[in-house]
Amino acid sequence: MSKKKNNIKTFFKALPKNIFSGFVVSLIALPLGLGLAMASEAPPIAGVIAAVVGGILVSLLGGSNVTIAGPGNGLVGVLLVAITTLGLESAYAAIICSGIILLVLGFLRLGKLADFFPSSAIQGMLAAIGLIILGKQFHIMLAHRIKRKDTIDYLLEIPYTINDAVHYDNTGLVFAAIAGVLSFLIMIFYSKIRNKYLQLIPAPMWIVILSIAFSYYFELVAHEKNPIALEYMISGIPEFSEIIAQLPTVNFSKIATFPFWTSVLALTLIASIESLLSIKAVDKLDPEKRRSNVNRDLKALGLATVGSGFLGGLNVVTVIARSSVNVNNGASNRSSNFFHALFLVVFIVLFSTQLQRIPLPALMAILVYTGYKLAAPENIRKIFKIGREQLIIFFVTLLVTLKVGLISGIASGVFVTFIIHIIINKSFGLFGRNLLKPNVLMYQEDRNYYVSVKHFCSFLNFYKLKSKIEAIPETEDVIVDFSLCKFVDHTVMENLNNYQELFIKRGGHFEVLGLDLHDTDSKHPFALRRLLPVPKLIKNSLTRRQKTIDELAEDYKLNYTSKKVRETHFLDNFLFFRTKKINYVYNQLIDKNETLNTFDIEFSEGEFIAKEVIRSTMLHIKLDKNIPEFTLDQEGFLEKVYAFAGFKDIPIENHTDFSNRFYLLGEDAQAIQAFFTDEITHFFESNPYYHVESNGRDLLIFGRERLASIKEIKALYDFGKRLQQVVS
Amino acid sequence: MLPKPFKTIGIGVAFSPNLKANLYEAARLALFFECKLVIIHVGKTSEEKIKILKNFLDNFKNEKLSYEIFFKPGNPVDVILNASEEKNIDLLIIGAAKREKLFTYYVGSIARKITRKAKCCLLLLINPSIERVPCQHIVVNGLEDPKTEQTIATAFYIGLKLKAEKLTIVEEIKQNEIDVNVEDDKSLRKAQIIKERLRNRERSRINHIIEDIPKEYTQNIAIKSQPVFGTQGYSIGHYAQIARADLLIMNAPTKMSFWDRLFPHDIEHILTELPTDVLIIQ
Repeated sequence: MSKKKNNIKTFFKALPKNIFSGFVVSLIALPLGLGLAMASEAPPIAGVIAAVVGGILVSLLGGSNVTIAGPGNGLVGVLLVAITTLGLESAYAAIICSGIILLVLGFLRLGKLADFFPSSAIQGMLAAIGLIILGKQFHIMLAHRIKRKDTIDYLLEIPYTINDAVHYDNTGLVFAAIAGVLSFLIMIFYSKIRNKYLQLIPAPMWIVILSIAFSYYFELVAHEKNPIALEYMISGIPEFSEIIAQLPTVNFSKIATFPFWTSVLALTLIASIESLLSIKAVDKLDPEKRRSNVNRDLKALGLATVGSGFLGGLNVVTVIARSSVNVNNGASNRSSNFFHALFLVVFIVLFSTQLQRIPLPALMAILVYTGYKLAAPENIRKIFKIGREQLIIFFVTLLVTLKVGLISGIASGVFVTFIIHIIINKSFGLFGRNLLKPNVLMYQEDRNYYVSVKHFCSFLNFYKLKSKIEAIPETEDVIVDFSLCKFVDHTVMENLNNYQELFIKRGGHFEVLGLDLHDTDSKHPFALRRLLPVPKLIKNSLTRRQKTIDELAEDYKLNYTSKKVRETHFLDNFLFFRTKKINYVYNQLIDKNETLNTFDIEFSEGEFIAKEVIRSTMLHIKLDKNIPEFTLDQEGFLEKVYAFAGFKDIPIENHTDFSNRFYLLGEDAQAIQAFFTDEITHFFESNPYYHVESNGRDLLIFGRERLASIKEIKALYDFGKRLQQVVS
Repeated sequence: MLPKPFKTIGIGVAFSPNLKANLYEAARLALFFECKLVIIHVGKTSEEKIKILKNFLDNFKNEKLSYEIFFKPGNPVDVILNASEEKNIDLLIIGAAKREKLFTYYVGSIARKITRKAKCCLLLLINPSIERVPCQHIVVNGLEDPKTEQTIATAFYIGLKLKAEKLTIVEEIKQNEIDVNVEDDKSLRKAQIIKERLRNRERSRINHIIEDIPKEYTQNIAIKSQPVFGTQGYSIGHYAQIARADLLIMNAPTKMSFWDRLFPHDIEHILTELPTDVLIIQ
């Protein structure tokens, strides 16, 4: 009971901040809503209706915390097609149907559906959407309305429009174009000017305020007509009472036709992808580190879309830009989304006539900027850095989306990605044989979660790995081991990187192992990785683990070499390696005095068909004095090997606990008993367990027979350092 | 004292380069378990073949290995299955094939048919060797199944006979037992609590099974219990591979209800990629 009271108290305490951030978001949502609706050739108010319905319903029913719902950028392209082919009234029907499908997806817990798309294909699709928005609205921004059939034609005609705009002789058009260009400049330079007062109002609202002020100036001060041509002013913004009174007619007559359902499908697909990507991105921004309930959000979005469709609004999705503004302005719970909707209602009630003073080019400049951001050359450069193959996927998706349509675009992206993966691996069998196998194993080691992935891990089966990782609280330690995995693709690498950031933010630890032997084409950390049959001695790039080791080396003032070294004579005298063949050591961390050496090692047991290759992380300590040869082990694994050599468990007097827990083996029992003084025995009793072996002059320490995570390396190093002090 | 689980060991042989290694492994096991060895060859009998076999098996003369050679032409699957019933074989050894280039092992089509139909225990060997490779680590399943008790008891028996050092009992906890879909912080917490409860339940169940096993079998071996969350019948193979087990011991699939009928599907996964030597207990 008291906890609930407390919740209410914190809610009211946070309310002013949430009201404020809701207000700021509504300042962006208003011009964006108008613009996005007009770009989709829907009545301008449709965008605002979507934002209002979305804001209210999603804030009440949704499962995420600081997201904002409203009309989305990605949907412009699809809505445009739906409205032009079906007509507005049937398009509303399509919106309602897509809302129902979203609702069903939410109930079926299919929030994971978005995971099946390769991230380069999604990037390509978003870029195509950006180009669709940019291509169409650029002409209106320069007051040059044209109508073309193909999206590419719009893009190709941009130079002609610029040429025309320079040569306008109609002053109305010139002013309209100037308004457009000025607004575009505001969008570009707004983020570059760091002024506290200027930044109080978001750029789109500056555009709205300035253009309304401009129009009032001519009306009230100069007593002239607004010089911007009338056909380039926003028209058809109804009074609030009209919106309520005149609900649009929704026409379900085309429900049996094919284009209707392709539109529904495209709307649902893009709405769910955009929402899910946004929710994931916003979760990373959440200051209170909460986890969003994606499926619940999908249900709320679906319901909001249905409601919005009936009221004459567009699809409701979760939007990233507005959500990030929301977080930046101090929102802490869903109420800010609610207030953003409320403020929008207030704006429409109070200022619906004033909104008609906004010139269309100014509004479209906002959209051109959004489109440019989606398709920026910067994005292409980023993808190129990850790898050439990603660029192929990107462009195939982009071109097919532009030329044919969104669904074909994303489908071709998925297809091309799969073909490229087959070509890179030169094997279809790897995917065909292993696709349906449950290839992820997770279990809890002493303190951390260990996740091992077999065969391959790509966008096709990432959901299996994802569902395992999702089940781990972000405050825990996780190790994901890919050493049994032959191929890891870019989508997985990128997603794992997201998890890594998430875990670090929430106090956990997330580490990826076993990729050191995989090959990549580029140096980018997200590049896809393929296990090489014959490991190269010199590799192109460092893995993230290697980079972190490098950082660790700097931090601890150690020398780091990632090179594989085949000279391993310093390990020869250890009994552990007597029956094993050392292939090489790599990732060596050596301290200044060259006494402590932490390294990864690959060795094999047996030969030919019985051969087993093992990789592990070990610590080698050079001692400055001679000590007896011994082996200290907990599980008695090596007992037999040593029994074979005539050794047996040596009890240490007065330390029954130590003797019970450890197997201490060696030849010279007396010397060993003398060597294990109280101090040394206590040290081993009170520290985590490692396998410790002495060959008379050196010590060899290791934990498990697998590569250690960075955290484990640190622990191993620390253990070795203290042991060195105790021993000498 | 547990009853001796194996009295007769059978092995189907072909005259391949692996013959010597296969025979040596089988003979060693027969000696460890104090069993009779039946060597089955699908094909016509000939002096030459018998000579080759005898030649190899003569190396075990000192240990007093008792063996029998059985020749019969026909369909390999039927011959081996019939022979194992006829000769009362209770452990049948099958060699696994190795996929070229890739270092994975799988069970060939004939062997797979035998695996599905056999009524006795089966041992699938992935890398038979002439020299003995010590068996150090045994992984056994701890499914909630009436057969499990017997399987674990047998595992301890084998552990004792092969002088293994460590025995890990893996409980595979199915996803549908957790019954909570992790969607947000609240459901995650709930799932964590349920998992912990399941882990404790499994642990106590396993402990009860171990308590019922005579002490002489359990005292000299390190026992570990490891719950894993994953698909039944498959995750254990994955675990055995990671834990670098030398022998994986599993229940034979039960074909009873609808859900059990799905189970063979999982054992197929293990057969296509053997993680290590696998013993299936009937």
